[in-house]
Amino acid sequence: MAEIELKKVEKQFGDFHAVKPLDLKINDGEFIVLLGPSGCGKTTTLRMISGLETVSGGDILLDERKITWLHPSERDIAFVFQLYALYPHLSVRQNIAFPLQAEGESRDLINKRVDEVVDVLRIRHLLNARPGKLSGGDQQRVALARALVRRPKAFLMDEPLGALDADFRESMRAEIKQLHIDQHATTVYVTHDQIEAMAMGDRIVVMSEAVLQQAGSPEEVYYKPANLFVANFIGSPGMNLINGKISEGKVVMPGIDNRYTIPNDWLDPLHEDLNGSTDLIIGFRPECAHLSTEGDLVGTVYAVDLHGAYTMLHINMNEHDIVHIREDRMVKHALGENVRFNLDKDMVRYFNPKTENAIYRREVVQ
Amino acid sequence: MSNFREDGPGYPVTEATRVDKVSPESRILGKMRALIVAIIAIVMLIPVFVMIMTSFKARSDIVSVPPTVVFKPSLEGFVFLFTERAVVAKARQADFKAAAETGELNIIERVAFEAGQEVTGPSDYVTRLKNSLIIAGLSTIFSVSLGLFAAYAFSRFDVLGKDDLLFFILSTRMLPAVVVTIPLFLMFRQLNLNDTHIGMVLLYTVFNLSLATWLLKGFIDEIPIEYEEAALVDGYSRWQTFHKIVLPQAVTGIAATTVFCLIFAWNEYAFALMLTSENARTAPPSIATMLGRGGIEWSAIAAGSLGFLIPVVIVVFALRNYLLRGVTFGAVRK
Repeated sequence: MAEIELKKVEKQFGDFHAVKPLDLKINDGEFIVLLGPSGCGKTTTLRMISGLETVSGGDILLDERKITWLHPSERDIAFVFQLYALYPHLSVRQNIAFPLQAEGESRDLINKRVDEVVDVLRIRHLLNARPGKLSGGDQQRVALARALVRRPKAFLMDEPLGALDADFRESMRAEIKQLHIDQHATTVYVTHDQIEAMAMGDRIVVMSEAVLQQAGSPEEVYYKPANLFVANFIGSPGMNLINGKISEGKVVMPGIDNRYTIPNDWLDPLHEDLNGSTDLIIGFRPECAHLSTEGDLVGTVYAVDLHGAYTMLHINMNEHDIVHIREDRMVKHALGENVRFNLDKDMVRYFNPKTENAIYRREVVQ
Repeated sequence: MSNFREDGPGYPVTEATRVDKVSPESRILGKMRALIVAIIAIVMLIPVFVMIMTSFKARSDIVSVPPTVVFKPSLEGFVFLFTERAVVAKARQADFKAAAETGELNIIERVAFEAGQEVTGPSDYVTRLKNSLIIAGLSTIFSVSLGLFAAYAFSRFDVLGKDDLLFFILSTRMLPAVVVTIPLFLMFRQLNLNDTHIGMVLLYTVFNLSLATWLLKGFIDEIPIEYEEAALVDGYSRWQTFHKIVLPQAVTGIAATTVFCLIFAWNEYAFALMLTSENARTAPPSIATMLGRGGIEWSAIAAGSLGFLIPVVIVVFALRNYLLRGVTFGAVRK
């Protein structure tokens, strides 16, 4: 069992808040991803869990036992570094055996465990090599093996795929996820790459500027972002967000007369949340807009990105807003062409410009 | 005493440290380490303190057993160092005594008289110090400058036989200086360089050049070549790149190399003793020769050593901020 709980964990460096008080419960066997841009506090949080960084306040519990002030080696946690941190003067076998030797295990046990682990990661052919001679991907596998051999309660990984080539990253992603499924071990994984997070995480914790923005499954975080930051950060490109005003059941967008009719079941929750104000932010993902000759909304083509399997159109709706619309690869558009499009009303989201939070309606349970 | 593993240090930790470094045990260990280092530093500096004290002691205090720590300071050492004296003849002693009482003698003459001597003129100590300053200073400047160019060339250019040349340069350091003194003496005499400032400067420059080249090459190797490539693409010539880009970055290395070359040239004894006599003699041999002159004048030797110490201390003190990084000799790479 390996349940990690963070209770109001915070970290200050002098006057600078690297992590503001954070509450998080990580379930046993979960693959949780700490996601966010550089400087958001995700790596600091990971380091606090491991003990490589002290907490300025709060507690960290592992299986309901307080580990906040235990030495890193006493926490039964393995750490995988971004730059591998393999011992260059030892062979791969010695590198992997090292943690067990540090614990004083018997020779037989060490050999047995190393044996098991190299098969899982398919590096048996590298056992006698020096880390310096290996490719990045192989080095990372050795680092994972070294973490795995201890059979710890939890794995902490700090952007382990960051130093690899793009093509390697994809295959290693699948390998790590497969490893996690085989081992059933709780894993906390830090990354700034939201594609990685969406692909690997059971739950994603989005952080920005030392604050937790949203913690939820990939679907939740993608389809129901809790605030503007999450809406913009998740997805490539992020959600289209337009400032508009609500008037007579429609959202009026600046510039060319673009009005979007709000579905009825949204009207009450919107008015309630906006509390008299008429400013509203409307959001929709590129795949939720469809070009149509009878579309409600109007714009001009600003740029066309060919992605092979699909085309991403940049549509200029007015001086301020350029939205991305995902279109079929077969369709061709000229720059400057006027287009009309519709939005899928089930997928449109609304945000309060003052609080930057999403406005929810009561879901109809079916 | 609160339990650290349960409750932590009891205050919010706002530095970047590991968990085990804020435990009470760790802090006590840290304080103990600082104390031990302070003790070692004091022990290492004791000879210097003794030397300073000795230079201010009167003769009787110096040889007393056990050694005195509290004593009446006397300028005897300095006076003996800076002046040539002769023993006052019995006949004139009375005159001197009278002059001392009426206050006609200045302080230097009075101190000399207390030891039964009169001043006959200045000693050559100041001249020797001056020679040391000139010879060591000039040779350091030359060896560091030339070494800098050589080091840059070895580091950046494809010199023919580079490894062999570098080893050859290094091998000159493997030689004890004394071994080549006799051939050098003969060479100098042939070239009329014996006992000249130029001869000594040339000699020290050549001997320091190997050290300077090796040290500076290490430092220049550490400067990423991308800076120079960017400058060359922007249109700077090689010389401009060297002088605007490489030099500012090599400053710490140059400081460290200067100190090492200076210390070597300053303390050099063998060549100074055997290749100079009157004109260009530097301080080290002359301080030692004071030992032989009619009894061991410890206070004068101490004072002389103190005077000899001070210029180097001043130079190293001025360069101290550069040195701390330079001590690693460019061996630490990221």
